[in-house]
Parts: sequence; structure tokens; C-alpha cells
Amino acid sequence: MKLLRQFLIVLIICVIGEVLNKVVHVPLPGSIIGMILLFVCLITGVIKVKMIEEISCFLLDHLAFFFIPSGVGLLAYAGILKKNLVPIMVICFVSTILVMIVTGLTVQLIKGRKAK
Amino acid sequence: MKEILATPVFALLISLLAFEIGIFVNKKTRLAVFNPLMLAILIVIGILIVFKIPLEDYKKGGDFISLFLTPATVILAVPLYKNIHSLKKDYVAIIGGVIMGCITAILSIWLMGKAFGLSPELLASLIPKSITTPLGIELSNQLGGIPSVTVAAIVITGIVGAVLAPALLKVLGIKDKTAKGIAIGTSAHALGTTKAVELGETEGAMSGLAIGLAGLVTVIIATILSRVGLF
Repeated sequence: MKLLRQFLIVLIICVIGEVLNKVVHVPLPGSIIGMILLFVCLITGVIKVKMIEEISCFLLDHLAFFFIPSGVGLLAYAGILKKNLVPIMVICFVSTILVMIVTGLTVQLIKGRKAK
Repeated sequence: MKEILATPVFALLISLLAFEIGIFVNKKTRLAVFNPLMLAILIVIGILIVFKIPLEDYKKGGDFISLFLTPATVILAVPLYKNIHSLKKDYVAIIGGVIMGCITAILSIWLMGKAFGLSPELLASLIPKSITTPLGIELSNQLGGIPSVTVAAIVITGIVGAVLAPALLKVLGIKDKTAKGIAIGTSAHALGTTKAVELGETEGAMSGLAIGLAGLVTVIIATILSRVGLF
């Protein structure tokens, strides 16, 4: 029952996130509002990590598994993908390298300046 | 036989089996290129093609698995909370780096996408490619992208980042452990973080912190830009 009770806490936050998105029209996806809500609850101590420890381990340990159906959906887009394979690969390669360079240099620069 | 192949239980079974095989191959070869998620997706697609199972039939069980995406996104607050103490010391440098990285990601993808003449749908699918998958799927949905394409782009990005990170950081002369970790986590999410953990404890923790931060910052910046009408 412990796992399900913890799951209940997480689901309540999910629903609050959806309500804020759909009813109050907060312009972020419901699940991401939920993530921010849970983060605030953890920082303020309203929810303790202990109260959701097992369910968070279960979800995080199997995280990649939950994306399989989304990935398999690619089958329906095989045509689009084949036609744009080169641009997609180039964009993935180049932007990943650029982000790594800019982020690393920015952090090192700001840290270095502070140290002086 | 056809009826059995069309049941949600069969979809669940092949997904779990494919994932087990993916993890096994990844562990045996220890190669980032053999990513368990990518292998699992390819195996399931292969099974659907060979047994001529319509995607709609697989989706019945697949939707059951996808149901966990929302709680899995919400729960990302837990690792972010656990890592947040490492933010204390260099928070200006870390947050500055993450924001610069996220802006670089969105701008470079947008510019290259426009240059290649990609459709708005495809461009929106690629924008979230540097962030962690659950956040990426949500952002892709919100921007009007194709979440399946986003998942593929995220996995490719993670593999590229994990493979290139050590050499690239060395060439750039980035020696600071915090800078290394944040750079890897911001550019290559959880997949890159597996590499950062190998580099050292600080690099791993920083990379883990960057996953959550970069995800949130990207979602917020992309949401603002889409409201302005950039995509």
C-alpha cells in the first residue's frame, strides 16, 4: 500500500498542475507546473522526500522505459524522417557541440572572474 | 493469433522484453552508441513490422506505459531538490552557464532549421532536443511538434554529447569540474550525465543538477519565444 499511497501524493500534484494549466491557463505544460509545485513543496518542507522516496525511485529507475511508446510512434513518421535525416543529424551534432562549448566557457569564465 | 498480438498485454510484453534486451546489450558492450532506449524502440518497431502489427494495436498497450510520463515528469523535482545544495557555492556561474547554454541551443536549432527549410512542425520537434525526455515530450507537444521525433532527437543528442564530451572539453581547455559537469548536463541531459559521473563525483553531481535546471529554463524561454511568435 505504501507505494500506492506515495503514488497518490504524486497524482494529486499532477492533477493540480493540469488544473492550473487548463483552468487558470498558466502557459506551461501541466506536468511541468507539477514539477515546480513539488519542488517548492520539498524546499518549504510541506512534502518530505521520505514521503515519496519509494515512488520516486520506481519512476526514476525506469524513466527510459516510459518513453518507448513515444519513440515507437516514429513508425508513423518514417517518411518525414527519411526525407529530413541529414538536417536532423546535422542539427543534433552541431547544436550539442555548440551548447557544450558555450555553457562550459561561460561557467569557467564567471567562476574565474570571481576567484580573482 | 492475430487477436493475441493485438492485445495491450502483448504490447506491454514486447516493450519490456525489448528494454531488457537493450539494457543487456548496453551493459555487455559498454558503448554509448548502444543506448538501451534506442535499441528498445528499434526492436519494438522491428517486431511490429515483421509480425505486421498495426501501430494502433501497439498503442493500446503503449498508452498504458505513456500514462506514467506525467508523474515521471513531476518526480524530476526530487533529484533537482537533492542536487540543489551543490548550487550554493557557484550559483551565479552555474545559472549563467545554463541560461547561455539553453539560449544557444534554441537559437542554433532555429537558425539551422530555417536554413535547411524544415517544416514548422519538425522545427518545433527539434527545439527541445537538449533537455531530458519527459520535459522534452511536453515541450514538443506544446510547441506543436511531433513527440516521437523529439524522443529520437533527444537520444541522438545524448549519445553525441556523451561520446564527444571528454575530448571536446579537453580541446577547449575547460578544466574546472563545475564547468565540465554543467556543460555536459546542459547539452546532453541524463545520457551525458552517465559520462560526467565517470569523470568524477563533482562533475556527476553538477551534470545532474544541470538536467533539471536546463529543462526548466528551456521550457520557459521556448514558451516565451513561441508566444512572441518565433515558432
